[in-house]
Amino acid sequence: MRFIRNFSIIAHIDHGKSTLADRLIQFTGGLTDREMSEQVLDNMDIERERGITIKAQTVRLSYTAKDGHTYQLNLMDTPGHVDFAYEVSRSLAACEGALLVVDAAQGVEAQTLANVYQSIEHDHEIVPVINKIDLPAAEPDKVRAEIEEVIGLDASNAVLTSAKSGIGIEDVLEAVVARIPPPTGTRDAPLKASLVDSWYDPYLGVVILVRVIDGVITKGLPVRFMQGGTQHLIDRVGAFTPKRIELPELGPGEIGFITAQIKEVEQARVGDTITTVKGGAADPLPGYKEVQPVVFCGLFPVDAADFEKLRESIAKLRLNDASFSFEMESSAALGFGFRCGFLGLLHLEIIQERLTREYDLDLITTAPSVVYRIQLRASRTDPAGELLLHNPADYPDPSRIETIEEPWIKAVIYTPDEYLGPILKLCQDRRGIQTDLTYVGGRAQVSYELPLNEVVFDFYDRLKSISRGYASFDYEQIGLREGDLVKMSILVNNEPVDALSLIVHRSVAEARGRGMCERLKDLIPRHLFKIPIQAAIGGKVIARETIAALRKDVTAKCYGGDITRKKKLLEKQKKGKARMREYGNVSIPQEAFIAALRMGEE
Amino acid sequence: MLKAIMARALYIHWPFCLRRCPYCDFNSHVRQEVDIEHWKNTFFRELTFEQPHGEPLRSIFFGGGTPSLMPPALVGALLEEAERLYGFTSDIEITLEANPSSVEAGKFAALAAVGINRVSLGIQALNDADLRFLGRLHSAKDAQTALMIAQKCFNRVSIDLIYARPGQAQADWERELGRALQFGTDHLSLYQLTIEPGTRFATDVRRGAFTPLADDPAADLFALTRSMTAAAGRPAYEISNHAAPGQESRHNLAYWRYEDYLGIGPGAHGRRGGVATRRHKKPENWLAAVAEHGHGVAEQYVLGPSALASEALLMGLRLNEGIDLAALAHRFELRTGEMIDQRRLALHQSLGLVWQEGSRIGITEAGMPLLDALLGELVSDTLVAA
Repeated sequence: MRFIRNFSIIAHIDHGKSTLADRLIQFTGGLTDREMSEQVLDNMDIERERGITIKAQTVRLSYTAKDGHTYQLNLMDTPGHVDFAYEVSRSLAACEGALLVVDAAQGVEAQTLANVYQSIEHDHEIVPVINKIDLPAAEPDKVRAEIEEVIGLDASNAVLTSAKSGIGIEDVLEAVVARIPPPTGTRDAPLKASLVDSWYDPYLGVVILVRVIDGVITKGLPVRFMQGGTQHLIDRVGAFTPKRIELPELGPGEIGFITAQIKEVEQARVGDTITTVKGGAADPLPGYKEVQPVVFCGLFPVDAADFEKLRESIAKLRLNDASFSFEMESSAALGFGFRCGFLGLLHLEIIQERLTREYDLDLITTAPSVVYRIQLRASRTDPAGELLLHNPADYPDPSRIETIEEPWIKAVIYTPDEYLGPILKLCQDRRGIQTDLTYVGGRAQVSYELPLNEVVFDFYDRLKSISRGYASFDYEQIGLREGDLVKMSILVNNEPVDALSLIVHRSVAEARGRGMCERLKDLIPRHLFKIPIQAAIGGKVIARETIAALRKDVTAKCYGGDITRKKKLLEKQKKGKARMREYGNVSIPQEAFIAALRMGEE
Repeated sequence: MLKAIMARALYIHWPFCLRRCPYCDFNSHVRQEVDIEHWKNTFFRELTFEQPHGEPLRSIFFGGGTPSLMPPALVGALLEEAERLYGFTSDIEITLEANPSSVEAGKFAALAAVGINRVSLGIQALNDADLRFLGRLHSAKDAQTALMIAQKCFNRVSIDLIYARPGQAQADWERELGRALQFGTDHLSLYQLTIEPGTRFATDVRRGAFTPLADDPAADLFALTRSMTAAAGRPAYEISNHAAPGQESRHNLAYWRYEDYLGIGPGAHGRRGGVATRRHKKPENWLAAVAEHGHGVAEQYVLGPSALASEALLMGLRLNEGIDLAALAHRFELRTGEMIDQRRLALHQSLGLVWQEGSRIGITEAGMPLLDALLGELVSDTLVAA
């Protein structure tokens, strides 16, 4: 155990985490140069394109240090996004230290902060690494000062690297060996292994990433998942170097994988404790919780005939991601689809993108919403009760509503101070409550409590746009709070459009309704008749716009030779219509359902 | 079996112009020299190739290009050969498109002598500034002189005007159209300026050289045009065509009523017995193809019942008289429900954009400027998807 080091890498997007990981693998000979042609750790297309990590990955490196000993280094690449905060916390719990990678030109970002604080909470030894030092704009001293001031870490011995140019890689490895403590644990004690992550592999079934705390895992061992309550027979034990290799055992302090003929990731929940069936541990490891989806939206196939395909695709995705939920939903206009729950907005986007890309589905996504808790009064027919509202369409009779609570978050925004003014206004407009504001150098860190439903749609886009991409944002949930929330319906040609209705705070309802009507006016093409667009709360119209009727659409000349061309035009027209949804004789383009909610310049 | 109507309409395309007009996307070409004898013989071979069985021709249309650039002797020779091969009805309508320049007006008497009995004069505008904008080579005065000569030479004269020009005010068009109606022709083709892709105007608009008239004022001009022509006894019978009763273009009605027609010459289209044909567009390619195969057909395909029905609808609904659904259903062996979206028909009838009388349906005055949008609504999805 003396020669084992378990560590993760904490970094903001683009600060060079994956490149550094690749260099470490390369340096220690995990892969040949030829095999290194692509970044290895981010497996999925989406991960590579977006530069984010969705699933935890781990690599076992063998490094002979300058002290002459050969060390087993387990490098854990953790999800970098707050949507996966729970997974992050489990990954961090499996390590004793972390490399904090900061871009020498850009400095500390909000996302980095959240993960660093988590890492500190886990008592990790943190080794600051200042990367990209060979960039012309690199200011390592300024960044070193920033790390000390903002995070409060001693950065005097930060390692200076350029992962891209291969500078300082050995220094990083030496720092890991010298500064990160080895794991502790007892080989003879009953088995206790933490389930760090799990994923579905079409050849192996569910692969489980584990960190052994006490005891030993071997092939053929009958084990019990203490939280899930299931029993399995281990059929493979191994590690990734990053190539998958099989090992005779995983002992205390080691990180590796096991398989046990499990078919669904749902049976291998992150955070569970694995022990032996006979003579197992008495108590599970602390920190397990069941993750709950917080953001919901409807997913409908553009072509109703694709419903079955969507059902199968969602079920398949769910095999690999137990953290999202789905149930069937039917909408008057959109037909049959699914109401899906996600860990956050990024998670929503990822699932949506995977469905479109990997399963080749054309989807309509309804406005994302959050879960509201409603206390219902008793009525003549129904008793009092509690309702968890996932879908504005299920909003109950207002006379029965005693209280509505909505989820709130604590947001930390980190920005160059020149953008602070508009950012404060944005937070204020979204019903934010400022809790903290500090300046560090030319940067400001501001904390706000915000209702999640004000953030769920386009807050991040707006923040990026008003700060020209410089502000970074992170949040955590802080529970439910009561609010004066109402359901706003949108009526197009006097018919309510269920997919456009949303729950809003009464104080912003009118502005939001006016905004939506204005945007729909631009998004819905002119028809052969004029179309009123209204926003209403209950029966009361709070905003109204009218789309004027089309006045001219006719081909002036059409003789014998023009028929073919005219027919093609008609075909194109019909194809365009097929991509719209019809409400009360009005065809609404698909993209309007989401675009209508974009708040634009407020 | 489709009940094909024998082709009794013949279109002859003369593809040459002295200069291309900036708005025109027709098949036109500028050439320094044209071998008239070679062209005559090539047209003859096409006429022989397309020779129908039995039915005499009711209409011939020389279009272009600029067919008034053809030597009258060539026109005469083609008519003679067509009559020899096909036969003519006694009341055959033979139209030639002509530019109203002094040179061409000098040929009118000779053209009448070889058998042309109707001309369509491309006057386009009645003021020199707009004629220049439209790239025309004649002046307003030339046009009036040519028109007077044409009216002396031919029984029937039609004039073409292009309106809804950039910035055109309602009062200006009202005055201009008023003058045009006073010329006394019994037929007028009045086209709204359309910026067609690939034309010089399309480039101009893209570069911001001018802005086309917006749809709303254009719609006002369209309504004004229809009310003025109606008041002058030459009401619209098609989107852009206006005539005194009985003076409609018989040849063009054949297109709109979706009767069969033959088309010869570069780029000409034909519809015959459910088969669509298109000839080589480039003059040289067409000449070579005819020399090699005896015909200039570049593309030929069978139209199924759905395609035929959708073409019949999109042509027929351009006419004030509308279409007879029952007759079309019978002709294409389809159910009326397969051709027209009945729910949409009811909706647009209630909005006053469509009328229905027995088995006939048609577009109302209010609906005409919206025809393309209405076609997208009325023509059944299955017809177009198929």
